[in-house]
Amino acid sequence: MSGPSSYNPSNGFTRWIDSRLPLPRLLYDSFVAFPVPRNLNYWYTFGGILSMMLVVQIITGIVLVMHYTPHTDMAFNSVEHIMRDVNYGWLMRYIHANGASMFFIAVYIHMFRGLYYGSYKAPREVLWMIGVLILLVMMATAFMGYVLPWGQMSFWGAKVITSLFSAIPWFGDAIVTWLWGGFSVDNPTLTRFFSLHYLLPFVLVGLVILHVWALHVPGQTNPTGVEVKSGQDTVPFTPYATMKDAFAMVVFLLFFAYFVFYQPNYLGHAINYIEANPLVTPEHIVPEWYFLPFYAILRSITFNIGPLDAKLLGVIAMFASIFILFLLPWLDTSKVRSATYRPVYRQFFWLLIIDCIALGLVGANPPEGTWLLIGQIATFYYFAHFLIIMPLLGLLESPKPLPASISEAVLAKNADKKVASAQPAE
Amino acid sequence: MMKKIMRTIAAAAIASMMAGHSAQAASVGVEAIDIDFSFEGMFGTFDRGQLQRGFLVYKEVCASCHAMSLLRYRNLGEPGGPEFTPEQVKAIAAQYEVQDGPNADGEMFDRPALPRDAFVSPFPNEQAARASNGGAYPLDLSLIAKARQGWTGNLATAYTTALWKGTGGPEYIYSVLVGYADAPNGEEREGLHYNKYFPGHWIAMPSPMTEDGVEYGDGTKATVDQQARDVAAFLMWAAEPKMEERKSLGFKVLIYLFILSVLMYLTKKMIWSRVEH
Repeated sequence: MSGPSSYNPSNGFTRWIDSRLPLPRLLYDSFVAFPVPRNLNYWYTFGGILSMMLVVQIITGIVLVMHYTPHTDMAFNSVEHIMRDVNYGWLMRYIHANGASMFFIAVYIHMFRGLYYGSYKAPREVLWMIGVLILLVMMATAFMGYVLPWGQMSFWGAKVITSLFSAIPWFGDAIVTWLWGGFSVDNPTLTRFFSLHYLLPFVLVGLVILHVWALHVPGQTNPTGVEVKSGQDTVPFTPYATMKDAFAMVVFLLFFAYFVFYQPNYLGHAINYIEANPLVTPEHIVPEWYFLPFYAILRSITFNIGPLDAKLLGVIAMFASIFILFLLPWLDTSKVRSATYRPVYRQFFWLLIIDCIALGLVGANPPEGTWLLIGQIATFYYFAHFLIIMPLLGLLESPKPLPASISEAVLAKNADKKVASAQPAE
Repeated sequence: MMKKIMRTIAAAAIASMMAGHSAQAASVGVEAIDIDFSFEGMFGTFDRGQLQRGFLVYKEVCASCHAMSLLRYRNLGEPGGPEFTPEQVKAIAAQYEVQDGPNADGEMFDRPALPRDAFVSPFPNEQAARASNGGAYPLDLSLIAKARQGWTGNLATAYTTALWKGTGGPEYIYSVLVGYADAPNGEEREGLHYNKYFPGHWIAMPSPMTEDGVEYGDGTKATVDQQARDVAAFLMWAAEPKMEERKSLGFKVLIYLFILSVLMYLTKKMIWSRVEH
């Protein structure tokens, strides 16, 4: 998508189309000739896996819509109609429902890879910010999709999350009424969520194209964090990256298939097999696992600060926990990209992962006693990581010496391996 | 290093998935009795005899109060279920009356149910059901085996056990059905019954099963324990009628993906052997 093109139309037809709409040239330059660093590891295959998951979700979603009825009286039973009477309907629904979880597993790994290798640093700030936008749209899509089966957790989850907006001063209640399309979560809410749930994945496709474009201008980072310096440092995208990505996709599909075929309800909530009932509030209302850390941050703010009440602060904290990622390229002051050469940052990276898991556990439990305390500490640490640790660490830490180039790093690594394997076993 | 990171991430992923479950486990509250059902595991299938017995228990015991409106009589003859013969299915359906119409004169009329009809509900609406049951509403049982969870063993290992054995819906049903007992310190509550496995322990439904309360056609002795197992299995099938199809297709998919992944790996290795990386 950028740089000088190396495409050579080989016959009359491709020359004809190339001088009219050079789409084959664009695809060739982006996905065949595009140079990728030769030292990418498997953590770099999740971008490809995510593209695959988006396609899987769109295809299964389109089929599901053919049989689903977006009406509060019929939605729940139409999902059961898909499960019982539509040929392979159970397969489409279980792929779609578990696909959402798989999508988030892949996106979180993809993001933590970016955090570890400093992929957000100049000149890739725009690439990273589009990525954060993709995360936000994905979350909105997943949330609205979960409402559509109109089970108990669908209904009450929708109610709890939309009610958050009532924390906004003055306009809060009006906004909530506007979101609901009425005075409670009801048919107008379901139909608008359905409409948006169908629209947003195509917005995601557009954002993904921008994301790939913004990736192909500066090129990919790599585990050393050293920029590509010569042709020696890269290999062509096809066959090298295509083959590696394809292998990773199949392994990911194996993991995915186990859940779809053997434990399709493991990642869901049992009470969503009970039809929505506005008169019966479930004992525990919890979102899907992939929202738990954010839910924990929301519920950890139990105190007022000045004129701001706890509820509003919780909502602000929850949204801030994602929006802070937009600022990450400027919060990280380090000159070195990769955590491989940042021994202290690396420790903090793992602490952040532990912190996010802790937040996930807190989100799954009632916000009382020890859980509340852990949640508050973990929330504080989450923000401290980005606002205090990252800016200071870049200034204080002394990184390890960087290799002169990617190829030098590769040669040094392979030389080490040869020495190691040449040593006789004792 | 890579392996270490892989392991950590895998552990993190599993831990965060499980986190989603602890709240649900909390809502179940009470442990269930572990039963080794024939349909557990990758190759588990339903026991036809058990499903047929379970249907009998539902029909003779549960169906006087509990509807199963998502099922149709034809489902009883479909592959992967109790697999009654087409004649048996017709005969079962014909025992019920459904309203049909309007006919050519514009009149509604009653006729015997056909295999295509949904299971006839015991009450015309929720109010009628409540009125007959002291205000309590007997739930529709179509999805109950998936709408409930029962944990066995301790909670920490229950998350991993559930990855192989399922989330324990039928175990919970079985446990409640056999869990009636005298309350500790002889407490009694108006219109409620003590149950060891029901969350909160006080359930409106009286113990539904009695020794030899049904007569099994295959000569199995109809103990309360046996009836509870059979109806729990039947309800699991009712909630997930495509389970056998799912598992058998799943095995083919896993084998296919596994072979494909080996071939992909070898191809990838061959291609990358041309460059140092």
